[in-house]
Amino acid sequence: MASLFSDNEQPPTNSNSSSTVLVRKKKSLSASSPSSSRGNAASLPTRDGDSHPRWRSEKQQRIYSAKLIQALKQVRLSSSSSATTSSPTAHKRGKAVREAADRALAVSARGRTLWSRAILANRIKLKFRKQKRPRQTVIPAVTTVVTTGASSRGRKRRVSVVRLNKKSLPTVNRKVRSLGRLVPGCKKESVPVILEEATDYIQALEMQVRAMNSLVELLSGYSTPGSDSAPPPI
Amino acid sequence: MSGRRSRSRQSSGTTRISEDQINDLVIKLQQLLPELRDSHRSDKVSAARVLQDTCNYIRNLHREVDDLSERLSELLANSDTAQAALLRSLLTQ
Repeated sequence: MASLFSDNEQPPTNSNSSSTVLVRKKKSLSASSPSSSRGNAASLPTRDGDSHPRWRSEKQQRIYSAKLIQALKQVRLSSSSSATTSSPTAHKRGKAVREAADRALAVSARGRTLWSRAILANRIKLKFRKQKRPRQTVIPAVTTVVTTGASSRGRKRRVSVVRLNKKSLPTVNRKVRSLGRLVPGCKKESVPVILEEATDYIQALEMQVRAMNSLVELLSGYSTPGSDSAPPPI
Repeated sequence: MSGRRSRSRQSSGTTRISEDQINDLVIKLQQLLPELRDSHRSDKVSAARVLQDTCNYIRNLHREVDDLSERLSELLANSDTAQAALLRSLLTQ
């Protein structure tokens, strides 16, 4: 298991391509590793027709946790170097942590979903332009060929849906729209795209919550004074 | 998947999103939600209810992530040895 995280000791200027190399190495190593304390999600591959097994697997949680820790280390370095360690910008630091966690989550999605691409595109945009909402026009430039699948499914502004129930179509439409505003990058997508992105996004968020929870537990076991040497009983 | 197309078709030209497709997606979504999953009333929950609960659930998850990130940032800031301790603990797992 030590070799699993010795890969993490590389300098934090890794691009995404090298992190996928890490992922591939972890895949071979995690096959024989015992269940860690981090993954309380037992692998349930056939949850609902085997549609989204990847966010529930132990391996995925491990991958995400490692990425999260890497990202958090970078956050920590940047906040301490700006010499504002104990400043009242707790919310800013919390936001930075949240953004790092989201970024790690989006990278773990491996570019297959719309919301993950939107999160990553947001990061790139915010670095170049100051706090401006990114227009949807540039996102196709960032994404690769995968978007052709989405466009063939019908990227329409008007939802030309055959009615579900004769009287509840506008209600359903409204709710799908508001759901699309919650999921990143889906504000203007068609109904089935939004629904599918939402299913994936919810599972990813659940995994994110689980990983962060266990991380907080781990850290709070260490930050109590006098218990630096002994690891908390897991 | 029996063909349960509705009577009036809206001509859309290239692709038409079928009702079955949307129903399937909504059912999948319903099975993800913790509150609607356990009730086993898969045929009687309306789509609007599922969508509303989905929105609420996502908002809840967002709030949880925000809370957790705040706690994490405090923990990371408070103890400088947390980082080293974290690495140590992960290496020994």
